[in-house]
Amino acid sequence: MKIQLLFFGIATDLVGENSIFYELNSEETVLTLKKELLLKYPKLKNINEFAIAVNEEYAEDDLVLRENDVVAIIPPVSGG
Amino acid sequence: MKNTAVLITSEKLKVQDCYDFVQDAACGGIALFVGTVRNSTKNKEVSLLDFSAYEPMALKEMQKIADLALAKFQIHKIAIHHAVGELQIGDIPVIIAVSSAHRKAAFEACEFAIDTLKETVPIWKKEHFNDGEVWVNSHP
Repeated sequence: MKIQLLFFGIATDLVGENSIFYELNSEETVLTLKKELLLKYPKLKNINEFAIAVNEEYAEDDLVLRENDVVAIIPPVSGG
Repeated sequence: MKNTAVLITSEKLKVQDCYDFVQDAACGGIALFVGTVRNSTKNKEVSLLDFSAYEPMALKEMQKIADLALAKFQIHKIAIHHAVGELQIGDIPVIIAVSSAHRKAAFEACEFAIDTLKETVPIWKKEHFNDGEVWVNSHP
């Protein structure tokens, strides 16, 4: 199933993308996606850690992803 | 009558806009936090800051902060404005304005809002120096 992946901040630089479509097996969770992303984009290990947002809300590791979800990679924020 | 105003813009922020929004005859005080771009970080000279945001989510998170501030503190109105794009030394990336009947709540809500914004709102700044650029807060 397809999801949209958005990259922000330093993640954009490390991965070389800001928005891609990504193919997932069904019933994948945020945690399994994170692990897949670290394999696919090893440079992401350079960040302290990153949060994941699904459809514009912060998501926990156990959230199950759905078709057409918009998943954002959120490196440590530095607004204000 | 709306009592929160959140904004992300690539235009110059205006303190007067935030002040005018929160001002009300029922209020005895307005607390303002104005963030400004500092000329150095860890003794290194900064030439500019580049702010970027996940805008739809950042607006939602800023709205949550405004709503939470209204619930937690006896305040009347709150405005949270954030700029994106390239900012020069002395420019304003963020303004928080809060009005209340009595001053303690305004001070407390204002501090709560900026502290929480810095933790949760998906906005990032990149510092530009003479010899390169660094994303703030991203490195282990």
